[in-house]
Amino acid sequence: MIALLLRDLRLATRAGGGFGLGLVFFLIVVVLVPFGVGPETAILSKIASGILWVAALLAALLSLDRIFALDFEDGALTLIATAPIPLEAMGLAKATAHWLTTGLPLTIAAPILGVLLQLPNSGYSIVALTLLLGTPALSMIGTFGAALTVGIRRGGLLLSLLVLPLYIPTLIFGAEAARRGTAGLDATTPLLMLAGITAGCIALLPFATAAVLRINLR
Amino acid sequence: MSLWEYANPKKFMGWTGPILPWAFGAAGLCLVVGLFWGFFLTPDDFRQGSTVKIIYLHVPAALMAINAWMMMLVASLIWLVRRHHVSALAAKAAAPVGITMTLIALMTGAIWGQPMWGTYWAWDPRLTSFLILFLFYLGYMALWAAIDDPDTAADLTSVLCMVGSVFALLSRYAVNFWNQGLHQGASLSLDKEENVSDVFFFPLLVCIAGFVLLFFALVLLRTRTEIRARRVRALQLSEVR
Amino acid sequence: MPVLSNVSFDVEAGLALILRGPNGIGKTTLLRTLAGLQEPVAGTCDFPADQAAYASHADGIKTALTVRENLAFWADVYGNTVPDAIWDWFDLADLRDRFAGTLSAGQKRRVGLARLGVINRKVLFLDEPTVSLDGFSVKLFSNFIRDQHLANGGIAVIATHIDLGLDEATTLDLTPFAAADFGPSDSDEAFL
Repeated sequence: MIALLLRDLRLATRAGGGFGLGLVFFLIVVVLVPFGVGPETAILSKIASGILWVAALLAALLSLDRIFALDFEDGALTLIATAPIPLEAMGLAKATAHWLTTGLPLTIAAPILGVLLQLPNSGYSIVALTLLLGTPALSMIGTFGAALTVGIRRGGLLLSLLVLPLYIPTLIFGAEAARRGTAGLDATTPLLMLAGITAGCIALLPFATAAVLRINLR
Repeated sequence: MSLWEYANPKKFMGWTGPILPWAFGAAGLCLVVGLFWGFFLTPDDFRQGSTVKIIYLHVPAALMAINAWMMMLVASLIWLVRRHHVSALAAKAAAPVGITMTLIALMTGAIWGQPMWGTYWAWDPRLTSFLILFLFYLGYMALWAAIDDPDTAADLTSVLCMVGSVFALLSRYAVNFWNQGLHQGASLSLDKEENVSDVFFFPLLVCIAGFVLLFFALVLLRTRTEIRARRVRALQLSEVR
Repeated sequence: MPVLSNVSFDVEAGLALILRGPNGIGKTTLLRTLAGLQEPVAGTCDFPADQAAYASHADGIKTALTVRENLAFWADVYGNTVPDAIWDWFDLADLRDRFAGTLSAGQKRRVGLARLGVINRKVLFLDEPTVSLDGFSVKLFSNFIRDQHLANGGIAVIATHIDLGLDEATTLDLTPFAAADFGPSDSDEAFL
């Protein structure tokens, strides 16, 4: 499992691995928002935490179809499925690799981009904290969606359609916690719910991922 | 003889054929009686006027929108455990009916909301939940449409239905939490049953019965269509060989 | 749907079985079933499952990794290290630090086959392993199977159209085992 994780990280950072694309997308969305809603500081600072969450979610979505598709095309997925790695562990390794190359960089970049959106000073740590707690769930849910659509040609759009509704609870609790924290309110409840969703996803979704992979590799 | 034998496609076609017209007839009767009673024989509400009468469409549709998803979940589980083809096809057949019910609930809600709240759309927790349910239906149907092999499609959509159910439930709680967070003690309450008096309630019951029967009849019809489509496919395949 | 029926064979340790038959007869299906990727419609297979490995011509070699990294990954997955001799077995000594993306198709396939040398499994199910190999590479491959794999008590079931020149191999032509008239698949049958 560690071997698979290391290989995926190495592949992501090599040429053509797509590492950083998500970050650039994140940056561009954040830059576009003020063009859309106008430059007033008051409006921007009010919606900053929410925009950062939605933009991070979309950036995480962008790289999902790479999780299994490349390995499926060149046969590596079949070989890994017959190797002594449980498919559940493989799903977890894939999600971890996706998080390390997407979720974690987004979490680190979010406070920096918060400056562009006039994020209030109280918001920087809470936005980073909620993203740190929430992005693993996004990666795990996305891995499940990628496994579901791995056998479908040009499944990228379908993948988004399937995964985005599943992202709703994570987004709601994550953005709500960030909003409350930024406004100086108590954000304990949504933070706990967010952590609960992430823990639940990591505990249960590898099994669903393995189940759909088995069906798709039949 | 086990109950499951009725789930054999041929047996299923046999016993559902004669039931179908009766199901449609009963649904039509209940709907005509219930809607006529509700629209013309009940008094206008003192506060909402005649707009209140949209509950005779809104409430039963909303009820069936959720029940259709539940039925799909049960059918998916039966398929995964017992691998009865009719079960998978019934789940597939229920989805378009369910999404239509969701759409009816959303649209009647919007039409009702305009005179009541002065807006077609409010991010009320219940309305939002139904919008999310609508998205789940879309994803489920899109996955069915995207896969060629019927058994693979049935397997994958069943897993999606199970995982989706958990997340749909989570979304429901999340949305409740989220809106409360926005404006404490929201004044836009959609809780009608509490305020509904008997004079509105009995025609509503008839309408609900009508919608249940209509759902049953439509799903039966669509399942039979799906079975026939599968039969055509099987015949074509066996001819090619 | 049943593709083959009444197929039965034993392979002794140290021997290979070559599967033959026209395209579409079910060689791939048989090998995938043996490898556990799909369930048999009926019947059993008996071999130490923790000693089996599967390979096809889609060998999952990553172009963005070097040859050494590719092999090290598979060695790691199977809990081994890459044996030094592997570079000679498959004539990869000069290529080991090249990115797999810069190799020719045949060289890349040799890396894919070298995977069999690092995973060190006794029972190999190989589906068309020699696709896009030249005569020299085929020789390297059959030498490896004979001298490293079979000589150490390994077993190989190989679907191929060419002559590998293995004396230790028996040949099984699958043509007579084609399922009578392909009958309807399990799931279609219910609807007929």
